[in-house]
Formats: sequence, C-alpha cells, structure tokens
Amino acid sequence: MSDLRDLYQEVILDHNKRPRNFRAIAPPNQKAEGYNPLCGDRITVYLRLNGDVIEDVAFEGSGCAISKASASLMTDALKGRTIGEADSLFNEFHHMVTAPADAPVETGRLDKLAVFAGVREYPVRVKCASLAWHTLRAALEAKHDVVSTE
Amino acid sequence: MSGLTAVSRPTAAFDVRRIRRDFPILQESVHGKPLVYLDNAATAQKPQSVIDTMVRSLAEENANIHRGVHALSERATRSFEDARAKVKRFINAADVREIVFVRGTTEAINLVAQTFGRTRLTAGDEVLISALEHHSNIVPWQLLAEQVGFRLRVIPMTDSGELRLDLYQGLLTPRTKLVSVVHVSNSLGTINPVEELVSVAHERGIPVLLDGAQAVPHLKVDVQALDCDFYAFSGHKMFGPTGIGVLYGKRTLLESLPPYQGGGDMISSVTFEKSEYNVVPYKFEAGTPNITGAVGLGAAIDYLEGLDWPAVQEYEHELLAYGTERLSALTGVRILGTAASKASVLSFVMEHVHPHDIGTILDQEGVAIRTGHHCTQPVMERLGVPATARASLAFYNTRDEIDTLVAALGKVQEIFT
Repeated sequence: MSDLRDLYQEVILDHNKRPRNFRAIAPPNQKAEGYNPLCGDRITVYLRLNGDVIEDVAFEGSGCAISKASASLMTDALKGRTIGEADSLFNEFHHMVTAPADAPVETGRLDKLAVFAGVREYPVRVKCASLAWHTLRAALEAKHDVVSTE
Repeated sequence: MSGLTAVSRPTAAFDVRRIRRDFPILQESVHGKPLVYLDNAATAQKPQSVIDTMVRSLAEENANIHRGVHALSERATRSFEDARAKVKRFINAADVREIVFVRGTTEAINLVAQTFGRTRLTAGDEVLISALEHHSNIVPWQLLAEQVGFRLRVIPMTDSGELRLDLYQGLLTPRTKLVSVVHVSNSLGTINPVEELVSVAHERGIPVLLDGAQAVPHLKVDVQALDCDFYAFSGHKMFGPTGIGVLYGKRTLLESLPPYQGGGDMISSVTFEKSEYNVVPYKFEAGTPNITGAVGLGAAIDYLEGLDWPAVQEYEHELLAYGTERLSALTGVRILGTAASKASVLSFVMEHVHPHDIGTILDQEGVAIRTGHHCTQPVMERLGVPATARASLAFYNTRDEIDTLVAALGKVQEIFT
C-alpha cells in the first residue's frame, strides 16, 4: 500500500501553499493554456525567451496541490535552461511519473523535481503532475509556429 | 416479486444491516480498508438479485427478441417485455407503450431532441432549461440549436441551489416550445418543484421533459401525477445495470414523433422505395436492444418494490441530515447546495484544499467520493468554484460510513495544515 506522504511530500505542500513564479509575464514571447477537464485544473504558462534560452517562465491558474506544485517547481527548474534542456527534462519527468510503481526511481537530472516520483502510485494523478509540462511544451512549440497569433 | 408499492404501509425500522447483505460489493476492501461507497450519484451498486437475474438471462435464455419463432427467443422476448411492464408500473405510466428502452438518460434526452426538437423547433423558438442541468440536458439542445437556430434559455438559481421560481413564468414566452429540467440535481441534490414547473408550463400549452436520473433512486416517481410529457432515467443509478435506461413519453405525443434511428425492429415493412414504421415504442428502438440490461433493470425494480419505501426515504433523509450536520461542523468545510428540499447529495469544498486532493486522500481510507464538476460546469461557475467534492448517499450507506468520511477529512486537514 502506498503512503500518502510519498505523494504529498513537504516540498509539494510548500509549493502548493506558496507557488513560485505565480504571475504573468508581460509581454511574454509565448504563452499557452492548459486544461484538465477531469478536475477542472486550468493553467497558463508564460515564457520569455532569449534566443534558445528560457530567460523567464511563470504561470497562473488554479488546480490541485499536485498540479500547482508541479507548475511551481517546473518554473524554478527551467529558468536559464535552453529549450533543448527543457525538452529532455520534460522527457525525464514524464518517464518518472509514468514508470511502473515497482520500477526503480530514475531521477537523473531532475533534482528537486524528483519529489513527484510518488505520483506513479496514483495513475489518475499523473495528468495533474504533467499538466504544466504539457502546457509548457505547447508554449514552446508555438514559438516555432510561423503563423503564431501570439 | 412483491408488487408492493408500500405507500400505505406503516413505517417500520429500516434494517440497513440486512439491506447491506444484498449488495456483495459492499464487502469489498480498498487499500486494505473496508469500502465506503459514497459515489452513488455517479452509479449505484447492484444487489445480488440483479446480478443473478442477468446471469440467468445470459445462461438460460439468451436469444434475440421479437423475431424468433423458437422457444428461447420467445422466452427472451417475454422477459424483455416483462421488464417494460415493470418499468410502466414503477413510474405509474398509463400504458406500456409509453416506455421506450434507451441506453440511459443521455440517450433519452438526445432522442427527444432529435425527434421532438428536430420537427417542432424552428429558428426563433426557445427551449427552457435550468441552471442545475447536467451537461446531458444542455449539449443535446446546443447540438440541435446549431442545426435549427433556436434559443436555449435558462432558469437561474439562488446561491443555495434552488431554482428562481419567481423568474420562471417570465421566461415562458410564446416562442417556448419545450421546458426541459432536472428533477433532482446531481451536483447539489436539490429536488426541484417539478409539479409546479409542469403545471405552469401546461397552462401555456408547453410540454415538459424531466431528467429523472437522480430522482428514481430516491423518490417515488409517478409520471401521471407529475403530468410530465417526457421523463428520462438510467438503470444504473437505480441499482440496475449500465447501458439501459428509459424514456417515458405520453403515448399520443410519442406517436406524433418521427423515428429516432433507422434499423431493424423499428419498421413494420421495408421496400427499397419506402419503409413503414413500427408502432410505439418499437419505432424508437432500432436494432437489437440491451436485452440483458432491460431484464436486469426489471430485477432492480423488483428489488426496490420489495423495500418498505417510506422507511427507506425516512432513513435516507436522516442520513443526509446527519452527514450535513457532521460536515458543517468541520472547520474550513463548506457545503454547496443547501436547498430546503434535497436528496442524498453532500457537495462540499474545503479551504485551501482542492477537491481532487481530497478525493485521493479519502480513497486511501477506502472512501469513494466524486470530485470535479460532476458534468455541471455551469453550476460550478454559478457558485464560483472550479470543482467540488461530492459524497452521494444511497439507502445502504450508514452513519458509521459518514463517521469514516469525517475522520478521513480530518486526515486531509492533517496533511494540508
């Protein structure tokens, strides 16, 4: 049986209560909106890029503790990273939260983001943890879209 | 089958322990804890008699209905049509031909939209729904409005989740062609004053559809007393199987409508030039129906009719009052939906905790509730919350289970403070 404290770790509860980078960026280079119809979570991710580097990243929205903390920790982790690095973090994060519960936790370069390893024990909550990341990817992809309306 | 409606019987003590033995799933454990099933508004559990009847139907009389000349087909046909007769008696319809089998409430409403709506509504007309509707009584009308161009209007509600009856009359205009409202709200539990809604609409010659999905498991429904023109409900919310539901319609009204879907069983003759349609209700039942489901629904009706109904209602009422009292006493918990007339739903929010987190933590304690918008996004918007946690009760739930819910909510607070 899984322990709830594996899911609701102190770091997650802290970022839920006091989310970092919880603001808009005006004007952003890019933004995207994410929505999880299962629980009504809504999130907007804002990006300010300097060439290939994420100079600033922030978010706004409402959601459960997992989605809010995930967005908060994501923004902390991404500042100053290149788009390529953000992509590989996304992949590592996604791999970690969707791995079978009995597989060894591979946290690689995830650092603080490893606190979400417990999510794998709660399959219905994987979407909560990954909403911010999917929204980030949408924001990044919009950058390469020549007909972007942003 | 008892056939008792139990309306005039004196109220006996309701023996919930005995009732619980009829539902095998209530013995299950979840995460090592006894299951506390409080998600009855999503789907209700099934008594052993329903399970057995469905198994027997498949094991002993599986055949297609209506067309077979062999014994098994005759047996299956009889069971299927017996189920229809049980439904007719259960909601006190005047005629068995007024009972149309569908997949569920959603299909029943879509059927009305695509037959009544498609032929009776034109641009500029209005359909009046309410602020409490489930998406299934909003979206079918929006889909049709895209084709036809009529207007969907909405009876507003108060902060407590009661419909604004003072505004109702004013919303009925010469262009109103149908009133389509929910009998009992799935997200807040409000019991709407449907008799009054129907009679006021009828004074203006406007027909009324009632979405009874959440009403049939809790109330004695009499469609003739309600005088509604359509009544829709699902088998699985009244302790029967999924995939079977009912559209009741007044016979003359049903007969005046075009078919819903085309196919076998809904025709009386077919040539490549033209087809003659079957009589009601078969006109609306194209293709092989959910035979096992209908038979299971019949068994659920038998089960419900075997209960002492006034005692059931008194028990449910007390359980809801107890749950309301316990939840209200919790710091930071706010109940949404405080209508004077309510059935079996405890929708709530907790300060600083998202309903989804509540749901996960409760699940670890064996307590199954629903979290989210409950397919009523306009209700959530009206109340200014993205979602709620919802505990919904049935007559097999107990005070002990409410206590377990409250203790589990204590764990939520422990984690989040």
